Amino acid sequence: MKATSRRNFLKQSGFLVASFSAAANNSFILAAAQTAATTAAQASGLYPDPDFRQLDSWIVIRQDNTATFYVGKTDLGQGTGTAFRQMMADELDMPYDKTTCIMGTTDITVDQGGSGGSDAIQTDGWPMRRVAAEARRVLLEMGSSRFGVPVDQLAVSDGVITVKADASKKVTYGELIGGKKFNVVLTGNNIDNTTGQAKVKTVQELKIVGKSPQRYDIPAKVDGSLTWAGDVKLPGMVHARNVKPPFAGAKLVSIDEASVRGIPGFIKVVSKGNYVAVVCEREEQAIAAQRQIKVNWEKPATAPFPNSEDLFKYMRSATPTSTQKPTVTGNPDSALANAAKVVEAEYDVPFQGHTAISPAHALADPSNGQMTIYSNDMKSYGMRTGVAEFLQMPRDRVRVVWMEGPQAYGRTAADDAGFEAAYLAKEIGRPVRVQWMRQEETAWDTKGPAFTFKLRGGLDAQGNLIAFDYDSQAADYNHLGYNEPDTVLIAQLMGRRRAMPAPGGGATPNEMYAIPNRRMASSVVSLPLIWETPLRTGNLRDPNGPQVTFASESFIDELAVAAKTDPLEFRMKLLNAGTTDDNAFRRARSIATLKAAAEAYGWDARPSPKPLGTGNILTGRGVAYTFRSATVVAEIAEVEVNRKTGHVWVKRLVCAHDCGLVINPEALKRTIEGGMLHSLSRTLHEEVKFDTEKVMSLDWNSHPSMTHTDTPERIDVVLVNGDPNPNRPDLPHYGAGETVCKPLLAAVANAVFDATGVRLRRIPFRDERVLTALKSSGIA
Amino acid sequence: MSNITLKVNGKAHTLDIDPATPLLYILRNDIGLRGPRFGCGLGQCGACTVIVNGVATRSCITPTSSVKSEVTTLEGLAKAGKLHPIQQAWIDEQVPACGFCQNGQIMTAKALLDKTPNPTDAQIREGMARTLCRCMTYYRIQAAIKRAAKAIASFGSGSNKEVVA
Repeated sequence: MKATSRRNFLKQSGFLVASFSAAANNSFILAAAQTAATTAAQASGLYPDPDFRQLDSWIVIRQDNTATFYVGKTDLGQGTGTAFRQMMADELDMPYDKTTCIMGTTDITVDQGGSGGSDAIQTDGWPMRRVAAEARRVLLEMGSSRFGVPVDQLAVSDGVITVKADASKKVTYGELIGGKKFNVVLTGNNIDNTTGQAKVKTVQELKIVGKSPQRYDIPAKVDGSLTWAGDVKLPGMVHARNVKPPFAGAKLVSIDEASVRGIPGFIKVVSKGNYVAVVCEREEQAIAAQRQIKVNWEKPATAPFPNSEDLFKYMRSATPTSTQKPTVTGNPDSALANAAKVVEAEYDVPFQGHTAISPAHALADPSNGQMTIYSNDMKSYGMRTGVAEFLQMPRDRVRVVWMEGPQAYGRTAADDAGFEAAYLAKEIGRPVRVQWMRQEETAWDTKGPAFTFKLRGGLDAQGNLIAFDYDSQAADYNHLGYNEPDTVLIAQLMGRRRAMPAPGGGATPNEMYAIPNRRMASSVVSLPLIWETPLRTGNLRDPNGPQVTFASESFIDELAVAAKTDPLEFRMKLLNAGTTDDNAFRRARSIATLKAAAEAYGWDARPSPKPLGTGNILTGRGVAYTFRSATVVAEIAEVEVNRKTGHVWVKRLVCAHDCGLVINPEALKRTIEGGMLHSLSRTLHEEVKFDTEKVMSLDWNSHPSMTHTDTPERIDVVLVNGDPNPNRPDLPHYGAGETVCKPLLAAVANAVFDATGVRLRRIPFRDERVLTALKSSGIA
Repeated sequence: MSNITLKVNGKAHTLDIDPATPLLYILRNDIGLRGPRFGCGLGQCGACTVIVNGVATRSCITPTSSVKSEVTTLEGLAKAGKLHPIQQAWIDEQVPACGFCQNGQIMTAKALLDKTPNPTDAQIREGMARTLCRCMTYYRIQAAIKRAAKAIASFGSGSNKEVVA
């Protein structure tokens, strides 16, 4: 980091000092932090990368003995910012409430990549802990010099260093370092490996980790005082709306600019290739221009995709664009040929949208030959690099200020809006705010890929599972990465595309079942149109896990039914058949989580389905389990199925969750609840529908989401620690978030089967589909 | 454009605007409020909810010219530095995830509890049914509404709690 920016850095911290002493109110501090990040927007000067090998880039301690942590992550509403403060305050020996945390603004926080992969605590928490431990070590050295006693004769607590032999001799961190820089160089070949000389504390030494301070970001979110990314107003700012092609793959023929020139406040129609936007002084004027503008488009010569009713048939017959080499254990074909009983089933999961509660938006400021983008995109660092490349600006002229926004759990159109705002701001020469509209968002936001599955399983005469054959196709060719200057939508529409589209990812199940003969195969298929299509795929809250686990854990249930065995016992048997475990003890922890879920629910061991009830409401319970990385979860759903309407209500949910060392149990529980209910929405409601020209799911009526009415009346979350030695001093913290999204679909499907004896193999379980299935089985 | 006078959270604003403009954009862009939020512009999600005449109103589809009574927004719920008990319940229950929809959840809950101070579970579900949350914090919202109803019954809507973070 250059000297000038470091001065700014400390100056900015100085601003925070005043705010901190002015109010003990956390929401005030948060607002002040955001003001600090936004007021400098117009200042000229470079935006270099903070140097992660400088301790000063991570931690600032002020004279009043308060600290601010600067981390390169973003918080999507799971409370990771609060967790980072807990972890760093603990290592530093500062009181939690004397710390603040600033995240994700590219010129003042080190590049930890923003968020993604549920790895904030698992991976990025480590360098944070190590640098905080290093700061403590350096401060103790300074205390040692001040008092002329060795470090081992000093004690430290709550940011105060005391001489053990003479408690009257004490000094605060603030007195030692406040207003000054550490000037300590860290080591590590990359940011994840950043370290000083100090060792982190053992689990037993941690005092703040494991407690549940309230999330600091919540007060400003309930009193209306928070400045969200969408709230930033800059002098001279104008409003833009995109004009999207009405058909996938449409070609722009002409624009009748006269159709909008008379709108008050009209500034410009910007177009390049098939990208079109209108820019006006006021927001409602831009919306009017978007609605009113006359544009001629030409339809593509061939259909861009089959309609959504034909999708799975298309996918099953398509030639794969890529096939992963199957993983094979034993000899599944001969085991199936010799099995006493063979079970086969196919499953389908449609495209599902992120459909954030608010459509994508961003504000870009082009002043001083620089570009500042205000965005809620979870990967602000990637946006900075991508926009610099897209606009052919030097990286150190571009920065992204991350601020709160509607979160949508993956690669969303927030990426696209950031690039669009920056492009338009450069064109217009004034700050431009881009806001997508609802229909635009629901149609054009990236989708979680559709999947088809075919599974076969073989049981021996005793009902043991001896063969498991899994095959899947994902409609995921040209899977979009984050903030890529040659795949963001504006680049696609302008004709700027990479030569080799991303191959997309097939996926196979994650469980620790010991099955002697198995084959796991996956392939990717492509829709006819791969560019400029609203059916573009991107990561959606565990990119493939909910789809894959729906198939695999439904199928395990079907095998348990064939074996006339309790579905929980069937799974336990498969786990207990294993004899080895991995570094994360995932097999042992799988057994522990399933057991904990069963206990919390009060599982009644018996084969499914239960004898059919006589009333209109049929009840049942189902279980499913999986892991992601090193985090293991088991979920149980209890359902009521209305045989007259086909309506499924999940009345109760249980989740047993093992993510190793828990930082903030209350925030974690809420993350688990929200993740499960997001998947419940995907189970019951969500499907992107389209004809052979365009997406037809455009709003909350045509792409419905779960509501208050669907909410379970009871959710039990059990935080499990199934580690064989849960008291070990180095028990790691694994990730949380996406894992819980994976098994929920199958848990519900298995519960519906338990209640009705009818197996639902196609997502979502909307009333009419369930009713049709019940009728064809003679249940309705 | 024409002059319109709008009373919001106890304060009158005279604005030179197109009176057909949806109230949401006037509150956000001309008055500078950050509580009401743009979610759909279709009246489907509730993120833009304000209270007019005791009714939870979707400001994204309400022409400003049609507003004849005072508008209360999220910013107007706290009184004399004290959060409304509903807001306090939201903090106590740690409801929000991203928090973007919570304006709509809180304002809809406010109108619900004003009308039905002691709602049953079914009344809460029905009353809140058309207010969406994509982080799916529904379970905690429903718990917070019950908590707030109890607090209001005990202390009134002024709350005896200080504004705390």
